[in-house]
Amino acid sequence: MNAELRSLRTEAETALAESFAAARNSLPGSATVKAARERAFAAFEGKGLPHRRTEPWRYTDLRALLRTVPPRAAGAAAATALPADPLPGLDRARIVVVDGVWRPELSDLAGLDGVTVTATERLLAEGDERLGGQAGRLDDAMVALNTALMAGGVAIDVPAGVDINRAVEIAHVTTGAVATYVRNHIWVGAGGSLRVLETFVGADAAYQANVVTEAVIGDRAKVIWAKLQAEAASSVHIGTLAASIGAEAQFDHLTLMTGAALSRSQSFVSFGGEFARAGLFGATMVGGRQHADIMLGVDHAVPNGASRELFKAVMDGRAEGIFQGRIVVRPGAQKTDGRMMTQGLLLSEEATFSVKPELEIFADDVQCAHGATSGQIDEDMLFYLLARGIPRAEAETLLVTAFLAEAIEGLGDEAIGEAFEVVARDWLARRGRMVAP
Amino acid sequence: MLSIKNLHASIDGREILRGIDLEVPTGQVHAIMGPNGSGKSTLSYVLAGREGYDITDGSILFDGEEIVETPAEERAAKGIFLAFQYPLEIPGVATMTFLKAAMNAQRKARGETELTTPDFMRRVKTSAEKLNVTQEMLRRPLNVGFSGGEKKRNEILQMALLEPKLAILDETDSGLDIDALRVVSDGVNALRSPDRSMLVITHYQRLLDHIVPDVVHVMAAGRIVRSGGPELALELEANGYADYVGAAA
Repeated sequence: MNAELRSLRTEAETALAESFAAARNSLPGSATVKAARERAFAAFEGKGLPHRRTEPWRYTDLRALLRTVPPRAAGAAAATALPADPLPGLDRARIVVVDGVWRPELSDLAGLDGVTVTATERLLAEGDERLGGQAGRLDDAMVALNTALMAGGVAIDVPAGVDINRAVEIAHVTTGAVATYVRNHIWVGAGGSLRVLETFVGADAAYQANVVTEAVIGDRAKVIWAKLQAEAASSVHIGTLAASIGAEAQFDHLTLMTGAALSRSQSFVSFGGEFARAGLFGATMVGGRQHADIMLGVDHAVPNGASRELFKAVMDGRAEGIFQGRIVVRPGAQKTDGRMMTQGLLLSEEATFSVKPELEIFADDVQCAHGATSGQIDEDMLFYLLARGIPRAEAETLLVTAFLAEAIEGLGDEAIGEAFEVVARDWLARRGRMVAP
Repeated sequence: MLSIKNLHASIDGREILRGIDLEVPTGQVHAIMGPNGSGKSTLSYVLAGREGYDITDGSILFDGEEIVETPAEERAAKGIFLAFQYPLEIPGVATMTFLKAAMNAQRKARGETELTTPDFMRRVKTSAEKLNVTQEMLRRPLNVGFSGGEKKRNEILQMALLEPKLAILDETDSGLDIDALRVVSDGVNALRSPDRSMLVITHYQRLLDHIVPDVVHVMAAGRIVRSGGPELALELEANGYADYVGAAA
């Protein structure tokens, strides 16, 4: 008798196993990649979907929440009509990825002189050794699942010293009830600079997007990066960023989450060189029965790094907001300066916000702090605005926008910040119409 | 203009206003003086429509219309303005955005057209100069980092721009030095008009040297216990509130 206790597979886990079995011989990639897929799927199968006893996923029990898994996206959808631009008015180059497939004919690469954009398929076929370099250090079942099934996405390569001023967007569009496992890479060479946008939208369907983006930010590079998760209402979004930043590099990252029924956005940032600075910001706006989980991992592996983390979340209806943040200061990473703050704003009695900030410090000469607050709209501020004749819905919009603005402006990019504030105001305007008598 | 009859109000089951009767005719400035805890600030909040108070009895007529059930934002649009004792700092809300939102919301509620941006800018500039409110202050988030005097000047700026029928000034002199008090008082006096009434709530007589009232009321333990001319303020300054605290207890 087998003594190993093995929990029964859920319907979703069975579907994933069948999906991998059917695809394992046809998935793109060299022999090395195929071997990595097999190892990754074995790792996933060993763990199964994350559940409430999987500590980093304790608030997002996928084993319970993910009832089924739709079929894998099968190549390029014919659709040429894309959903409305989620960031109208913001000038940027666009790399449009539909159901995982880069569609050059829908893309606009103007202003990216010196930059190479490659389809992930080519990296897989060539067995590019940079594949998995960042994601490979993560012990996470959903990242392993992405590695097993990865298909589609792009790699953006900014050579050393190349300074790109025009923002470049990887626009992920999902057109129907499929599962996608996109893998992107962004490499910015020493002294290079880049402004990146990752956006996620889709047709009104129960699709599941599992995307992993690996990033290597070189020494002295400067990268501004904003992610907009505005997925369709019944979709699932699991997004992971695995980044390492070089010496004296500057990395500012903002995640704005407003879409999907169930979403988890993970950012893992590792300091690979001294005197680097990272600013990690988040703004979540959810309502109804949405579940939105932010997972942050900051690894101060070397001395003299500085990180600022500011995450704001607004929950309406019966929404569940979650923030887990973990700053690790490794032995010897002296003079680390890390400050993490998360604030939740509950707009209804039924909404919830769960936070778990953690500091793990193994060096003695550091400055680290974390804080968390959760509350409702400040009644005194609200009355001040009402007493000036500003109607309640407008007054609430002003206060909520102000609450989120600190995180959005933290990114330090005026054009992107303004475009994201429009997204926030649109969300509030829709909410206003919902609660209006 | 304002007619309060037998007004009773409580908060958390504690009665603070215990039968206020007060008439403020159009164009007059009335002062309400009283010891700490007499209910002065509660009266100002109740008049402005702050939630959380139970109005258990009585009425508040504004221009002959009952407003006890009217929400704060509608009272503001009808022309009631409260200058706060402690103006709120609101990070992330630009002062100009706030001023424009308030002016246009009131205009909209009254069925008037919204101000054009140049018209709005011109009005703000004119009033701000008179009150020594600098462009730098206007660029900051609302009241954030303002000194006590700057906050009070910003309150009077809002009053000038919103042109209320009834202005309630709640302890506008608190936290002001002599110079700031003069600027604020001059600003208030410039807004005195035959169509505008004011209710000046203060603990100290010194504000009334600058803003001279038509009538002074003494409030104690949630009631108006005495009314008289401006000389009543001087008497209170000389003798203190001891008589009234004793009488009310």
